[in-house]
Amino acid sequence: MKDIGQLKQIAREVRKNILTMSARAKSAHMGGALSVVEILVTLYYQIMKNNPKNPEDPKRDRLILSKAHDAKALFAVLAECGYFDKKILEGYEMDGGILAGHSVRHAVPGVEASAGALGHGLSIATGVALAGKKSGQKYKTYAILSDGECDEGSIWEAALFAGHHALENLVVVIDHNKLQGYGYTKDVLNLEPFAEKWESFGFGVKEVEGHDMKKLSSVFSKTPFKKHKPSVVIAHTIKGLGGMKQHIGQISSQYKPPTQDELADLLIELEKS
Amino acid sequence: MRNTFAKVLLEEAKKNKKVIFLTGDLGFSVFEDFQKECPDQFINAGVAEQNMTGVAAGLAMEGMIPIIYSIIPFVTMRNFEQIRNDICYQNLNVKIVAVGAGFSYGPYGHTHHGLEDIGIMRTLPGLTILAPGDPTEARLATEAMFKYVGPTYLRLGKGGEPIVHEAEPLFTIGKAIELSKGRDITIVTTSNMLSRGNEVRLDLETKGYSVGLVSMHTIKPLDVSFILRLSNSCRAIFTIEEHSIIGGLGSSVAEVLAEQNNTVIFKRFGVSDRFTKVNGSRTYLQKANGLNTETLSESMIHIMKKKKI
Repeated sequence: MKDIGQLKQIAREVRKNILTMSARAKSAHMGGALSVVEILVTLYYQIMKNNPKNPEDPKRDRLILSKAHDAKALFAVLAECGYFDKKILEGYEMDGGILAGHSVRHAVPGVEASAGALGHGLSIATGVALAGKKSGQKYKTYAILSDGECDEGSIWEAALFAGHHALENLVVVIDHNKLQGYGYTKDVLNLEPFAEKWESFGFGVKEVEGHDMKKLSSVFSKTPFKKHKPSVVIAHTIKGLGGMKQHIGQISSQYKPPTQDELADLLIELEKS
Repeated sequence: MRNTFAKVLLEEAKKNKKVIFLTGDLGFSVFEDFQKECPDQFINAGVAEQNMTGVAAGLAMEGMIPIIYSIIPFVTMRNFEQIRNDICYQNLNVKIVAVGAGFSYGPYGHTHHGLEDIGIMRTLPGLTILAPGDPTEARLATEAMFKYVGPTYLRLGKGGEPIVHEAEPLFTIGKAIELSKGRDITIVTTSNMLSRGNEVRLDLETKGYSVGLVSMHTIKPLDVSFILRLSNSCRAIFTIEEHSIIGGLGSSVAEVLAEQNNTVIFKRFGVSDRFTKVNGSRTYLQKANGLNTETLSESMIHIMKKKKI
């Protein structure tokens, strides 16, 4: 367990790596990678049973990043944990690099599932959780979703299934940054009443400030929220947090990687934060 | 074929608790025994095939052996991206089992016909595609599928397909079964057209042709060396399938022949590139698409006469 100061330092390092990877590869999908940082850091450092030295440990908790366009955040966190050499991050989205823009199962240790097409990861996580329940294993399965991803019908198929099968070993985390590919979620396809939707599908629901690792920790440690029910954590986040000021909370945060000059300034800013 | 599959499935599930059967809300009067005898291995995933496919992937990631089951369009097309990304891309041991080859669900209309599945599934790297020709092959294919580790698609008819094999053939994934050899013509069939191919063979033999019959029960990996040998051992190869003329068995064989130097006469028989406008039984729709014995036989004779040197 880490204290909050240490966790903040880790999150800072992760953000630096996300920004550096984006700038080097001139890659999009930065906003959502920056909004999910504290969620991932809290899970890997405070909550999940996981051991970078034994990534295939059958007893480990599983994490499936369904919003896999933000895989660089996962890669940066896994590298920070020590699952693999940080040098591998330098090949992210580069010719011949090991890391594609979307996660590929076992491309590096710690990546549980290939994903990238939205709306798939919750079904996979549901299957993983069901397998655990059927075989009497104690691991938990975490699925990280984006809010825009909840437009996909398959998410609600999976939600029905997880609720019906009372998968209390399943924890869904939604990075609710209120923005999707080409608009605000409220303008594109309004998700509200969002928490009530999940509740009506048979989930225990809690909402939390998604950049406050103390609060995240406290909420995650309370799962399952309800007996015999899967849990969902709706984490309210800010898209592009820690990136360039003009893009924070804007659609552009998803598409505009920093130039090398902008990156240098951002890294200094982060150091001061 | 469906009941044959259900029987083998139950045997396998009793032997191995890791076998999990998921159905997209189908199987009335087929899987009741399974449900009774292996209740913990039976999941009705509901009318939600995309999720069923993703759940199967998750189960396979944890070492289970999931089988997903529905009618062809719903378990190959509705969920195609899940098959592509979740199962094949991750190379997981999931068995996709579909009923309703071709016009098996004839009267239900085009939404329920299985006419494009081989074409689309064949594009997926690493997917083994099995299309057994009669109930005997259906049993052998199901057994072979359970012995094999990796993503597999099993294409079944429905019920009532006649048994064609007089004796149990040797069934190996990726190896065509040659039921008989012919000097003039070899009829190559896949899936539920084996019995039709056999009828055409018998008819052509009464008209003086030496005709061979092949069941190409594995579409992928295709038995390429067999097709090449065949192209040197008879004058004509005719493929018959209850599937679109685009992308299926005929296309697969054509791809092999077109890339080799040979003089063999070749013609594909399948369902024309159009939505069927008439309604009716499987037999009726076969006839409407020229897949009845008489029309096939006449077309083949016509080609043989035209090409006679």
